[in-house]
Amino acid sequence: MEPLIEVRGLRFRYEDGTPALEGVDFRLLPGETVALLGANGSGKTTFVHHLNGLLTGEGFLSVCGLQVEKKNLPEIRRKIGLVFQDSDEQLFMPSVLEDVAFGPLNLGLTPEQAEAEAKKALAEVGMEHAAARAPYHLSAGEKKRVALAGILAMRPAILVLDEPTTFLDPPAQRDLANLLRRLPQAKIVVTHHIGFARALASRAVFFEKGRIVREGGVDEIAREFGWNPEFSPRVPADGRRED
Amino acid sequence: MHHVVLESWSRQNSALHARDPRVKIVLLAAYLAALGTAARMPALTTLCYAAPLAAAAGMARLPARALLLRTAVVLPFSATFAAFSMMAGDAGRGEALLAKSYLSAAAVLVVTATTPLPKLLWGFEALGFPRFLILVVQFLYRYLFVISGQAQHMRLAARCRGSASGRLGFRRAAGAIAVLFARSYARAEGIHDAMLARGAAGQIRLLAGARAGGRDFAFLAFGIAVIAAVRIWSL
Repeated sequence: MEPLIEVRGLRFRYEDGTPALEGVDFRLLPGETVALLGANGSGKTTFVHHLNGLLTGEGFLSVCGLQVEKKNLPEIRRKIGLVFQDSDEQLFMPSVLEDVAFGPLNLGLTPEQAEAEAKKALAEVGMEHAAARAPYHLSAGEKKRVALAGILAMRPAILVLDEPTTFLDPPAQRDLANLLRRLPQAKIVVTHHIGFARALASRAVFFEKGRIVREGGVDEIAREFGWNPEFSPRVPADGRRED
Repeated sequence: MHHVVLESWSRQNSALHARDPRVKIVLLAAYLAALGTAARMPALTTLCYAAPLAAAAGMARLPARALLLRTAVVLPFSATFAAFSMMAGDAGRGEALLAKSYLSAAAVLVVTATTPLPKLLWGFEALGFPRFLILVVQFLYRYLFVISGQAQHMRLAARCRGSASGRLGFRRAAGAIAVLFARSYARAEGIHDAMLARGAAGQIRLLAGARAGGRDFAFLAFGIAVIAAVRIWSL
């Protein structure tokens, strides 16, 4: 099966010389959802920013058969939708409808077509009632849904979600997971939330110091790297530890 | 916060809220021109100019006291210059300055309080204002909420760590502003990335705006007639 994303030997250093990616190899197949796990600063977000050309490192990257290079960026950004960790960065237009229509308008749709696409995407995420509202009046969960709608309106083949559960309470996390499960696109989910990764991903990769050091099932990787969600040992009321 | 209150007022429903933003902008311009060219502002003339604004505010069900208080923000500036005029022996000019500045601010406030900013900016753009300027205002307003939220978080954090009653010394205030600036800069980079990721190529395209209907034209004609009548009467 032809991969949707293929990355070989990706390396990247920030301007100050800090190494961020040290030879990453990665493949995403059609229909699969992959969780990117790893500690803060391990290179997950830097990696996904390479996928649509926000950052440029050394190595080979292709998305839907197109090599990630300047001349292909408009087409690649149509195919890969990146949902940012902080929705406030993504929701920059003055109304929800305008924001969701931003991408379709950039794709060259007429205002009428863009509005229709935006309304359809808002309906997909259950936010059609908020079309006329200002983004800063929305709750964190609503902002995340609108940010996702802004990406869905561009009809991408791949969704990349950077820490999608940040600022969301547990019901909103569950709603988001249910919503994402219904979407047919292949997905990459950058997360620290093992439960969320387990609910969505068919496999996971673990980043450490700019490399993918392990690949496998979410539970398997969580166990291996001690990323299970329990906080232990429990401290009882009398202050003595249970070992 | 001032902009939050205005934002919530502008999203209410009334006959004035429903009018085409271009009509409101044209009427505002006509009102300001009429007011600006009035030579003297004795009490009766001031009342005549205030009446259409009071009617508009009533029509939009804007809270009168809050509106009057917010309008008073211009008084410290205009009162200073009015005082100079009065001290120079030209009391009439001083009064006119005060009345005109207060009424001008009230007129601007009534329009901004009855028109959500996206529609207002669309109206300005449709009337030929430079797109770049519109975009700058649009972004400034959008991120005013985010940056003021960050400033409040920083203030709370300072108070939580013992900063007395939220007052900062000059050095600490300067430091806080520098941090706020750095955060705003980082935010701006994030926004730019988000724009690029959705295919932005240096231009922001907008959805089509409103279409003026019969009621808008009738409102425009009525408004112009009222402003012209007040201006002619005050000659």
